[in-house]
Amino acid sequence: MKYIDEFQDPALARRLLDDIAGTVTRPWSMMEVCGGQTHSIIRHGIDQLLPESIELIHGPGCPVCVTPLEMIDKALEIAARPGVVFCSFGDMLRVPGSDRDLFRVKSDGGDVRVVYSPLDALRIAQQAPDQQVVFFGVGFETTAPAIAMVAHQARRLGVRNFSLLVSHVRVPPAIEAIVRSPDCRVQAFLAAGHVCSVMGTLEYPALADTHKVPIVVTGFEPLDILEGIRRAVRQLERGEHRVENAYPRAVRPQGNPVALSVLREVFTTTDRAWRGIGTIPDSGWRLSDAYRDYDAEHRFEVTGVATVEPAVCRSGEVLQGLVKPHECAAFGTACTPRAPLGATMVSSEGACAAYYLYRRLATPRTEETASVD
Amino acid sequence: MCLAVPGRVVGIEKRDGTPMARVDFGGVVKDVCLAYLPEIEVGEYAIVHVGFAIQRLDEESALATLRLFERIGALDEEFGDAWARAAAEAERAPEEENR
Ligand code: SF4
Repeated sequence: MKYIDEFQDPALARRLLDDIAGTVTRPWSMMEVCGGQTHSIIRHGIDQLLPESIELIHGPGCPVCVTPLEMIDKALEIAARPGVVFCSFGDMLRVPGSDRDLFRVKSDGGDVRVVYSPLDALRIAQQAPDQQVVFFGVGFETTAPAIAMVAHQARRLGVRNFSLLVSHVRVPPAIEAIVRSPDCRVQAFLAAGHVCSVMGTLEYPALADTHKVPIVVTGFEPLDILEGIRRAVRQLERGEHRVENAYPRAVRPQGNPVALSVLREVFTTTDRAWRGIGTIPDSGWRLSDAYRDYDAEHRFEVTGVATVEPAVCRSGEVLQGLVKPHECAAFGTACTPRAPLGATMVSSEGACAAYYLYRRLATPRTEETASVD
Repeated sequence: MCLAVPGRVVGIEKRDGTPMARVDFGGVVKDVCLAYLPEIEVGEYAIVHVGFAIQRLDEESALATLRLFERIGALDEEFGDAWARAAAEAERAPEEENR
């Protein structure tokens, strides 16, 4: 009652929910990988509208949240240097490093700038040839092509005072790590639509097959998510484990071929540490050797970064779906979006911030919140 | 930044050898790189992420998505002033964060 009126098409939402309720015969748990989906689920109360036997586990798909602390500390160190213009997406401003954030570096006199597109950073470099302009490239496969293109352009145009601090992450190795974990409770995955808009869906059948998990590619809007859940529940009930594309309006199986070829040229896969989770083999992209001159880690040689994570923060367990945000002792008390202890409290795609913003302090399930009419 | 927003291509030009478009996101117009969607034409809709068009989208779903984003304030978050937002978050009392 509380939420369903807010849906684009309440009657359709109702039908999808009825279909799910009519299909499910036992408890199932599934993970939405993408933080945009987590935000949408909590914002629209989808988890509370579903039958009680379906649990949504919030996955590690918030790139802001999983960017390793060491990389944040390196960013802060570079951004504080004189002569450097440090460009970033706005979401990174308040991600806590070991002892400060980019917002703080700026108030202490660092030249930190927010850009909408990485191409804006390249333009800044072209206009200020005596400054070192650095762009902080974070994000999943949806974002990586933008950073790849700007590296490609910088090299093509010979812009020498421009470099990139690259910390990209890839979804399939993360899914693999989650299903391989002995604690894994995830029985199906909702895969992120826009990641697949770029990458296509061809990486997923092997995963679904090997680990016998349904993988349903879905969008971010409430109805898309409900449709994804509906399809995942069908597969689970039937004992199937296929890759389904529930977001065909934006996802083709081959993805975006031009983007894929530029990604292959500019990046190589690398092991990557995910904040709170640890290193996942092959789960990241770094600049390939041909682009080494544009690698800020190489250009600035940051050394002696000693990372300190607050002991109380359980964001690693939150990111793996092992605890819900409000089960963390600091949630809403020592840790709020105003004073975040962990990155999952910073980004609105982070599970802790989503729970906090929409007042999920304890998420009691009452008849009222679970009701749909 | 994690969001991909549909918008309508209102103009196309080459800049530094790269196809660029002006794209209208329900009133906010931005420069968007078409390197990954070079065949798109003026009047069509594309899904745009951090200034890059990544896929085509039909008009009906594009408009539905834009309406939803507008209603939940997602467009402000995507195109608004990140410094102002960060400063507000750093100062706002926790009680006021509930909506
Ligand atoms: S509530 Fe804060 S301290 Fe607790 S897990 Fe989330 S980010 Fe970490």
